[in-house]
Amino acid sequence: MYIIVVGAGKVGWNLARELLEKSHEVTVIESNRRRYLTVEQELEHNVLYGDASELWVLERAGIQRAELVIAVTGDDEDNMLICQVAREKYDVERIIARVNNPRNRPHFDLLGVKPSVSATDLILRLLEHEVPEYGLVHLLDLQEEQLEIIEMLLGKDSRVTGRRVGDLSMPEGSLLISVLRNGKGFVPGPDTVLEPGDEVLAVLDPGREDDLKELFGPAAGGNGAG
Amino acid sequence: MFILIVGCGRVGSSVARSMLSEGHEVSCLDEDPESHTRLEVGLDQGWEDLGGRFTVGTGLETDALVAAGIEKADAFIASTNGDNTNIVISQIAQRRYEVPTVIARILDPLRAEWYRHQGLNTVCPTRVAIDMLESAVREGARREVA
Repeated sequence: MYIIVVGAGKVGWNLARELLEKSHEVTVIESNRRRYLTVEQELEHNVLYGDASELWVLERAGIQRAELVIAVTGDDEDNMLICQVAREKYDVERIIARVNNPRNRPHFDLLGVKPSVSATDLILRLLEHEVPEYGLVHLLDLQEEQLEIIEMLLGKDSRVTGRRVGDLSMPEGSLLISVLRNGKGFVPGPDTVLEPGDEVLAVLDPGREDDLKELFGPAAGGNGAG
Repeated sequence: MFILIVGCGRVGSSVARSMLSEGHEVSCLDEDPESHTRLEVGLDQGWEDLGGRFTVGTGLETDALVAAGIEKADAFIASTNGDNTNIVISQIAQRRYEVPTVIARILDPLRAEWYRHQGLNTVCPTRVAIDMLESAVREGARREVA
């Protein structure tokens, strides 16, 4: 596959290195002369010096035949516009853009630049992952398909531990797709009995999170509103 | 008409003054608080006293755009010193806030042309300079021959 990577910072350089190792054809575009000279020592003819915001630079990199453009500069506006032009002017099939400031993400969406990747969001997700029982972790949002995949950890007091999966009344628009137990994952059948410590993965329509939390959460104590 | 101008440099501030003197409502947004001074060059009254508005912030911050009144703007001018910024914020004005008239200053002639084809109203000062220089040279050559 022919791939153009824009920005030879730490992200771009390492990305290029990995892609080259996987036998892809890669051109990295870097606009900072000193950085370019450094990276060129290793990547040689796979690096091009120039400002990829300029159309003729992209054309010199051969964007007309690129199958993937990855924009990972430290400048969100650059990343957004390079990807927009790649897709809309040069019909590049796939693009990936880096979001530096998560507050700019709506702008990426507005310009149709998807998917976009933000380190801040990724780290937040990892943090979320450390959140204890019943905190619902979003693993994947399939925005176009209007589906999401979530993960929950079952505690000792969960309503569903000790029960068969077949006996659970899963909320409409949700489906249990896998169980992680003692580090191993499997697809549960109707006879699977859920245990405390299980991590369950479910796919659901957006907005069903609360129903699921209620079903899998702790059984109500006796001191609630009676 | 309510006009929002983002980027209050030499170009933005001149347009702002002209539009205000022609009786339009004018609001300016610039990240540099000092650019307010530039607005008042040649005026014998303060910018606000004459009815103008000025907000500090960048065009990528939606809060700043809203504070500057984008939601009721009839016209939006992107005249910061960065092409990329102007292209992005004018598309935000057009697509997200549906401002009826959106004008972007783009120095790069190639991109100015392409975005014009995409439906953006672009003004390219470089193109104007090229055209003027070329015709000045041709004019000179013609006189030489004559």
